[in-house]
Amino acid sequence: MDVIGKSVIRKDALDKVTGRAMYTDDYQTVHMLSGKIVISPYGHARIVSIDTQEAWKVPGVRAIIAGKHFPLVGESIRDRPPIAVDKVRYHGEPVALVVADTPAQAKQAADLIQVQYELLPVVNSPTQAFEKNAPLVHERLGEYEKEEDSHPVPGTNIATHIKIRKGNMELGWRESETIVEASFSFAPSDHAAMETRCAIAEIEPDGTVQIMTSSQAPFMVKQLLSDYFNIELGKIIVRTPLVGGAYGGKASVQLEVLAYLASKEVGGRPVKILNTREEDILTSPCHIGLDATVKLGADRQGKLKAAEIIFLWDGGAYSDKAIDVTRAGAVDCTGPYRVDNVWCDSYCMYTNHPYAAPFRGFSHSELSFAIERTMDLLAQKLNMDPLELRYINAIMPGDTTPTRVLLNKSNVGNLQKCIEKVRELIKWDEGAISRVNDRLIRVKGVSCSWKTSTIDANAPSGAILTFNRDGSINLMAGVIEIGTGTKTVLAQILAERLKMDVNKIHVRMEVDTQTTPQHWKTVASRGTFMSGRAVLNAAEDVIVQLKEIASCVLRAPKEDLEIANSRVFLRDDPSIGLDFKDISFGYKYPNGNSVGGQIIGRGHYVLRHISNLDPETGEGRPGPEWTVAAYGVEVEFDLRDYTYQLLTAATVVDCGRVMNQKMAEGQVMGAMSMGLAFASRETFYFDKLGRVLNPQLRTYRPLRYGENPRYLVGFVETPQIDGPYGARGLGEHGVMGMPGALGNALSIAAGVSLHHLPLIPELIWRAKEAANGAPL
Amino acid sequence: MEYSITLHVNGEERIVTVRPADTLLYTLRKLGLTGAKPGCLNGDCGACTVNVDGWPMKSCLMLGVEAIGKKVTTIEGLKNSPIQQAFVENFAFQCGYCTPGFIMNCQALIEQHPDADDQTIREWLESNICRCTSYIEIEKAVKSVLQRKE
Repeated sequence: MDVIGKSVIRKDALDKVTGRAMYTDDYQTVHMLSGKIVISPYGHARIVSIDTQEAWKVPGVRAIIAGKHFPLVGESIRDRPPIAVDKVRYHGEPVALVVADTPAQAKQAADLIQVQYELLPVVNSPTQAFEKNAPLVHERLGEYEKEEDSHPVPGTNIATHIKIRKGNMELGWRESETIVEASFSFAPSDHAAMETRCAIAEIEPDGTVQIMTSSQAPFMVKQLLSDYFNIELGKIIVRTPLVGGAYGGKASVQLEVLAYLASKEVGGRPVKILNTREEDILTSPCHIGLDATVKLGADRQGKLKAAEIIFLWDGGAYSDKAIDVTRAGAVDCTGPYRVDNVWCDSYCMYTNHPYAAPFRGFSHSELSFAIERTMDLLAQKLNMDPLELRYINAIMPGDTTPTRVLLNKSNVGNLQKCIEKVRELIKWDEGAISRVNDRLIRVKGVSCSWKTSTIDANAPSGAILTFNRDGSINLMAGVIEIGTGTKTVLAQILAERLKMDVNKIHVRMEVDTQTTPQHWKTVASRGTFMSGRAVLNAAEDVIVQLKEIASCVLRAPKEDLEIANSRVFLRDDPSIGLDFKDISFGYKYPNGNSVGGQIIGRGHYVLRHISNLDPETGEGRPGPEWTVAAYGVEVEFDLRDYTYQLLTAATVVDCGRVMNQKMAEGQVMGAMSMGLAFASRETFYFDKLGRVLNPQLRTYRPLRYGENPRYLVGFVETPQIDGPYGARGLGEHGVMGMPGALGNALSIAAGVSLHHLPLIPELIWRAKEAANGAPL
Repeated sequence: MEYSITLHVNGEERIVTVRPADTLLYTLRKLGLTGAKPGCLNGDCGACTVNVDGWPMKSCLMLGVEAIGKKVTTIEGLKNSPIQQAFVENFAFQCGYCTPGFIMNCQALIEQHPDADDQTIREWLESNICRCTSYIEIEKAVKSVLQRKE
């Protein structure tokens, strides 16, 4: 391999270090208007009246939208009014939208809109939502339009219910000598991408809708706008420039709808809506919360025999993508272990919380906390080394997943190898606990994870290659550059296949849905796999074309030709050949006669054999492969005040093939950082009215420079035969094991089992006090 | 009311119309200098950091009119600097949104404290948030430039 695996400098590097890189809000035109959302200050309330009289008096105001019925929106269930009517269901929900000439005018007017509310009883957790006589978030749940695989239960707060029924539970429990059961919970939190979400809409005189948006899913924006408002697909053009961090949060479609409605209200003029940080946290969809109960049974040797799992996901006020998160959580509910008897009920619950978007790991970092903590409790009860317990139960080829997919050497990575490697990295055998002094101890915790993607069975990806006259190639693919460097990896894949200099491949960073081939969404760690396959497919296409014209000019059969170093040449005599630049726009003979034309390659890919889940048993194939990983975290814990320092975090992931060493390490380390922040400090604090009390980056605090531990990254490379050069998904996996590993370390350190996130000292203190029987 | 003011930005005199309440960030972006990014608009995240008279300044915490008579440098004014090169080589960015702010903060640090120790580096850089990287990459980048200076 000449290019694959190398730390090729990112194609977006120079733009990003010079300030030239453009994000959605950086695009501004003179005639662009500004939209401002008025948000609900309560979690659940009836809208009594909206008075816009004073707001209209502000100079520059062009439109105010409030109390108007628009088609309901939402991905799996159409349950969400784009702008609230009659009642609000979460703190932050849009209740009015102002359009004005400048942002300052729009804000001034928005602040003058008077809304009267009458408070309604609040559903403040998924467990409360599940109770028999809980207040209803949606009274008309049965009347909503929905997709076939959503299963809402009218008269309740259940947005969907996914069932996994595998094996024989009775047998499983009978074979189990040791059984543990525990419950876990955490509230929703946020993605906190540094770029707040932004969307611009304009409607041209012929009805063409132009959208620019900071999105992971511009093609979904196009599809949904068409579905929601009955607009011809070809008349919607969505552009996405660089995106300033996404982590799943920008896979939801929300601001685009508001910008479109705003533009429509002002006769199609361009309108920009840029979230403030507070709106980005409150109004736009968040990171899902979870209440979980896990019961595991094992035989005398520690082999898992049965698992019974209940997930109550905090989907928030509207179901949107939470339905799919709920399904993905069910699909991989056991964690990466062989369990032959599985019973799982995964419910998506409506609450009066901000609604959920996907979050890096798509349910897996969340469910892993519950599973991995329970695994440690099981190890404790069995009196077994927790890493050993994981090792002997590790999922392997020949096992089946909860949805009964038979695993083989290609579609699952090697978890045991990951565990062996992490054992070395964190020096597990030197002991999990070491005393520093009277006050401080150092403790290690471990965990494992797996993940497949749960995306549409026919999700497409495409690529187009065009040649320049100098023989260099332009690469266009629908993957969004959200920071992961996927487009640089695509250039590496192409360079490797054509055996050419990666610097002669020019990558188009921006995506627009009119000229870029479709890539479903840049989510689920599927960018490199799917888009990579499409690029390889396109490479085959240009190889055929290059050989065809070279064969004609060289008067040699195509089969005798080889391609390398931007040249087509004879296999047995490389000195006889043609440079790409001489044939990439056809060939011109000395007398002027010409043949051929510009070489344009096209390729596409769609995942094969993906199937829907059986609604009664869950049986089905949700994704193409399972990436597995093992983790370790070491903390220094203060026994007196329960504070702690993160010392080391380690991840070993079987990524199939490392495509770009430094970028791969960066993905895993960055993901660990995000996972540790989620585990140790990030959460929404709700009051009784369902209000989020910390919607700012000073009260909602991601990790800062210097608060990070030392990071250790290891890779195992078990190729996935179908992946480009064997690659598996990678972008999400560093996150997934952090909550479990940190929870396990701190539970050992504090001597009390911890069941909630985030793991702040106060929470540990509360658990200690409760264990000591103190009233709180 | 809007007023016309003259600012000294990246070595050029720039005339711009502002409201008294417009922040320096808003004013710079109005000039087409979009390298400084809005991230929180209240000084929490550092994505809008520029240099004012050689010191890092969160441009959302300063008014445009307050910059009159001062030398403002934005990421666009930094050309082929060692810290930019170090960010590239160390993969010290992913999405790139916080990068201009981080680089401007690092640049001021390198100028003001060429011999900065770990504690000083931390005190300076903890004012910015990067959500993609692990910070280790940024640490490597800034230290590689500091070491070169020694």
